[in-house]
Amino acid sequence: MIEFRDVSKTYPDGTHAVRDFSLQIPARQITVLVGSSGSGKTTLMRMINRMVDPSSGSIEIDGQDISQVEPVKLRRGIGYVMQNSGLLPHRKVVDNIATVPRLTGVPKEQARTRALELMDTVGLDRALADRYPSQLSGGQQQRVGVARGLAVDPNILLMDEPFSAVDPIVRDELQQEVLRLQSELAKTIVFVSHDIDEAFLLGDQVVVLAQGGQIVQQGTPEQILANPANDFVATFIGADRGKRRLSVSPATSRGDDRVLVDAGGYPVGVISAPEGRLAVADAGPKSRSVSNKTDQAGDA
Amino acid sequence: MNWVWIGSNLGLIGGRILEHLALTAPPIVIGLVLSIPLGYAASRSSVARSVLLSVGGILYTIPSIALLVLVPVTLGLAILDPFNLVFALSIYAVAIMVRSAADAFASVPKDVVSSATSTGYSGWQRFFGVELPLAIPVLLAGIRVVSVSTVSLASVGALIGIDQLGSFFTDAFQRSFLTEAIVGIVAILLLAALYDVLLARIGHALTPWTHQQSAQTAVLRLASAPVGGDS
Repeated sequence: MIEFRDVSKTYPDGTHAVRDFSLQIPARQITVLVGSSGSGKTTLMRMINRMVDPSSGSIEIDGQDISQVEPVKLRRGIGYVMQNSGLLPHRKVVDNIATVPRLTGVPKEQARTRALELMDTVGLDRALADRYPSQLSGGQQQRVGVARGLAVDPNILLMDEPFSAVDPIVRDELQQEVLRLQSELAKTIVFVSHDIDEAFLLGDQVVVLAQGGQIVQQGTPEQILANPANDFVATFIGADRGKRRLSVSPATSRGDDRVLVDAGGYPVGVISAPEGRLAVADAGPKSRSVSNKTDQAGDA
Repeated sequence: MNWVWIGSNLGLIGGRILEHLALTAPPIVIGLVLSIPLGYAASRSSVARSVLLSVGGILYTIPSIALLVLVPVTLGLAILDPFNLVFALSIYAVAIMVRSAADAFASVPKDVVSSATSTGYSGWQRFFGVELPLAIPVLLAGIRVVSVSTVSLASVGALIGIDQLGSFFTDAFQRSFLTEAIVGIVAILLLAALYDVLLARIGHALTPWTHQQSAQTAVLRLASAPVGGDS
């Protein structure tokens, strides 16, 4: 568990990036910090691996105050995946993944073997191992970034808008990949995003942030969708525009199945109804993917 | 051109080429090695940058003859000691190279450095493992300029009696013998070209990532092969 206690960050020029922020991030779940620019979400994430030190307050990981942990040692135990992959352009894919284990003294062959296994884990062909990052597509680079983040088998994985620079189709794939990995690996994942749909899709817990790291609402995606705490949240999740209101389209439905459309008239899914009877709704996490598909209709 | 003179003095020409090499290689290496920490400091702080670049600029404006006279006096060396020339050339090499080195470290992408830090590189590991290798292309461009300028500048050593290719010029002048001057010029040009080719080769070998096939071709090749990426 990661716990923020009354954390503030003020920069020398007087900017308050974060004010009196307190939050518990449960272990082995995905917590998404979501907010627009200036909400301090990236600052908060970078405090967890001490890339930023708070001006006041404290952060604990499993009860230990991280200000007492040497930053380099702390960072080596926390996976970090960032926007634009942050890969080292002069190292081959396999060496990029093996970077941190090599820094901590794992023998070369062992680190390489582990890196190749991780390429399998994140769905990268091993044939790419000896390429340089610039020879990969954006989506492949992000997969390498994820593999590197997992290389030391960390308990905590920080993901800083990792998919915001890839195209929507690849982003969908990568998001599903994160959910698949998480179901296998069960890490404590802190995910920063400005995309509420991504937050709802991935988050077990979603924390909506306003300026200065102010928590406007936190809860499961269902709780937030069902009861937006205030107008800010309602606007942010697009509820005010009825963006998420779904209806059955009479025009496009064929046979017994019903096509579901959103407020903009875009098809978002099909309700399967064999012989005119609706199938029993699956209340599992997969049902969230319906809300995700609306991002083609809206602009949130 | 007096080919007979050239033919009968091949030994002298070869010897002076070697002397010229021996006098110019150390300043080039020293210039590179010293400029790396200085350039790194200059890339980290704007104060250091303006101080170091100004000092470099001033050093470079000192006339070479003046420097060659000042060096033995300051260091207390014999006036004919070849080390005087090596020292003076090293000063010029550093003076030129500091700017290149500062630019080289400034050219390393900030997000890559920050990414290395967040994944757990310590300061030294990051310097040798990330910043220095990524600075190589610009460092190399700088050191190629330094090598050419050092090879040509070394010839003034003839004026203070240090034997190398420049001695052909003083000789040619005293004896009004054009062939010697031409031999000196050609040999210096060849030597400069040799350094340039050598440095370019070393640079090429040190930066394999800069001359791979482009991402575009890689993607096209992948598209034709059955692989599980998402290109």
